[in-house]
Amino acid sequence: MEHVKCECGHVNPHGTAFCESCGKPLADLGEKLILDMRYEGSARRSQTYKKTMIDQIWAFFSSVKVGVALIVITLIASAIGTIFPQQMYIPPNVDPAEYYKQQYGWAGKLYYELGFNNLYGSWWYILLIALIGVSLVICSLDRVVPLYRALKRQGVKRHPRFLERQRLFGVSHVSDLDKTMAVLKERLAARRYHVREEDGHLLAEKGRFSRWGPYVNHIGLIIFLIGAMLRSVPGMYIDRVMWIPEGETKEIPGTNGRYFLKSEKFIFETYEKGKDNEVFNAAIDRVGNGMIAKNYQTNVVLYKRVGPVIPGAKPKLEKVKEYPIRVNEPLEFDHYALYQVDFRLNEPKAMSFQLADKQSGETFGTVTVDLYDPKESYNLGHGYRVELLSYFPDFEFDEDGNPSTKSRVPNNPAFVFKMYAPDRPKGEVSFVAIRQTIEPFGNNKYKMAFAGLQTRNVSGLTVRRDFTLWILGVGGAIFMIGLIQGMYWNHRRIWVQRVNGELWIAAHTNKNWFGLKNELRRLLDGTGVMMPADQLENDKKAGQGGQVHGHGTA
Amino acid sequence: MKKQQRLVMRTAILLVLLAAIGYTIYTNFFTEKTAVAVGSTAPDFVLTDLKGHEHRLSDYRGKGVFLNFWGTWCKPCEREMPYMNELYPIYKKQGVEILAVNVGEPKLSVEKFAERFGLTFPIVIDRQDQVLNAYNVGPLPTTFLIDKNGEVKQIITGTMTKEDIERHLESIKP
Repeated sequence: MEHVKCECGHVNPHGTAFCESCGKPLADLGEKLILDMRYEGSARRSQTYKKTMIDQIWAFFSSVKVGVALIVITLIASAIGTIFPQQMYIPPNVDPAEYYKQQYGWAGKLYYELGFNNLYGSWWYILLIALIGVSLVICSLDRVVPLYRALKRQGVKRHPRFLERQRLFGVSHVSDLDKTMAVLKERLAARRYHVREEDGHLLAEKGRFSRWGPYVNHIGLIIFLIGAMLRSVPGMYIDRVMWIPEGETKEIPGTNGRYFLKSEKFIFETYEKGKDNEVFNAAIDRVGNGMIAKNYQTNVVLYKRVGPVIPGAKPKLEKVKEYPIRVNEPLEFDHYALYQVDFRLNEPKAMSFQLADKQSGETFGTVTVDLYDPKESYNLGHGYRVELLSYFPDFEFDEDGNPSTKSRVPNNPAFVFKMYAPDRPKGEVSFVAIRQTIEPFGNNKYKMAFAGLQTRNVSGLTVRRDFTLWILGVGGAIFMIGLIQGMYWNHRRIWVQRVNGELWIAAHTNKNWFGLKNELRRLLDGTGVMMPADQLENDKKAGQGGQVHGHGTA
Repeated sequence: MKKQQRLVMRTAILLVLLAAIGYTIYTNFFTEKTAVAVGSTAPDFVLTDLKGHEHRLSDYRGKGVFLNFWGTWCKPCEREMPYMNELYPIYKKQGVEILAVNVGEPKLSVEKFAERFGLTFPIVIDRQDQVLNAYNVGPLPTTFLIDKNGEVKQIITGTMTKEDIERHLESIKP
């Protein structure tokens, strides 16, 4: 807890590796040749005291090891999440619990129970991401504050033990110290170093702001995470699906009944030989004529509801605009965007039948049944009449063997007709399905002969409104700025001091030592000052280190 | 004094972080996915029944409303229909209405279904999915229990036994 006073008079917080001001190592370095300059040897406070519970929690999240562990765990979980398909890619009509068990056995069952089937939505995954966020905030705070302090308080004059334990260090004997110092000062300034002078010693520094790069980067990440978090706030993020058939007007989901859409037409175009530019011919020959999609388009009319919104009531609509929605060209209005994402071609809309005499083949008129809103009775005149007794849009036999429907979509329509004719006043019942006719009460005289199918195309659109996008954009931009700041600039420092009539030079950079050495070479060229040695490399070359310079300084 | 400040600062930062995480987890996992939450006012709507009568939800203020979303193809819906039909006249006298909203099927299908089970409570058809959207109904059947003040008391998804229905009707008696 107690502070440590250095011999230079500066008072350092407990846990500081070397004096903030003069750089004299405070802890016993032993045989260590080069000082660890990370965080300027400052005391990360969380590592020094662990008193209350809050401090302990703080210390836990302040650990980079913990942060890395969280990231690795998230990485592994994400990787496991790719082993079996995510829930959104399995068939929509099946029970996921059953599906995973059936397809992948016990592993699938476990996968489902642990929530890997919907990884990004599982509580523990969100918690992991959130903990990474917490770790990011606390790690950054815990390092940026002491680092700022240390860089702000660094003295010009450094302790000889600090200098000789820098990676780049050299001692020179020059004839005129004052003149050499003056030349160096001038050259440093010319190379856009910020030079401070104290008692004839120099500290030249440039690119300090690059040290803040990682923290700016983290701020960007945190803003990004906040943006992602805001998606769960109601109204901030809407992502809905809308299926709309040609000719229909429907409410746009997610707009609280305020907007309606009419589909005029769905257009699907392909590349065709003869019609399209010749350059496409080779590709068309390879894949097949009419096989390559060229355009998916829904021509729509957007309506706004006027007056109060009462769901179910016939809306009073005001036309806003007509627009062709194409892939990547969404219809945009009031912060909403409608994207073309899917389609179904030739969906049954109406079916026609002719009332016919089974033997003679004579027909007595046509009945057209709207598959979405069939009428009950169809009068054909001259005493001929057809009644629709039952209608099954998506026909199947249920468990009890009764005809029933699987859904409200006319995928496989079936009908029970009662046919009346002048010679059959009580009517004949006929069950008509696709390629199938059943006469439940014996042999009929008449039949409903299939006479045609009207179809229409259905467009699948995505309704999207995202108020978090700009936050994600800002976060991403700050992230990049921080990255560039830390990557493309280096924090370089050069200390030039007079020690016992000698010229001592030491230099440090947070990255790109090659660049620093080049700069020093140019700086010292012709001054008579020796190029400082790279002690780390010398150390490596020597194989066995330990021999520092012969300067035993107190 | 400095130590005190540090503790306060750390506690404050940790609390803010905890609140953010808590909120995210809460909204993602502990709130209703439906647009209409328990305790909120049920959105008003107007739909026409098979006989051509308009039903507006707000006209039922002062009465409990058992609002049932269903489809003719849905077997669980079919199972609970006869029970609802049985209990309807009893609870109507006590101020609880049953209103069945069909999810936009052809009138003919709905009529035939109602005939087959002899259903007497009003059945309205949501042709444009407007009410379905407003209530953000997912699986069928889904039932909203609405009290005399128009407040949603409970949301039930899945089929109900006769006892269930009776208990639910009882719970929204004015």
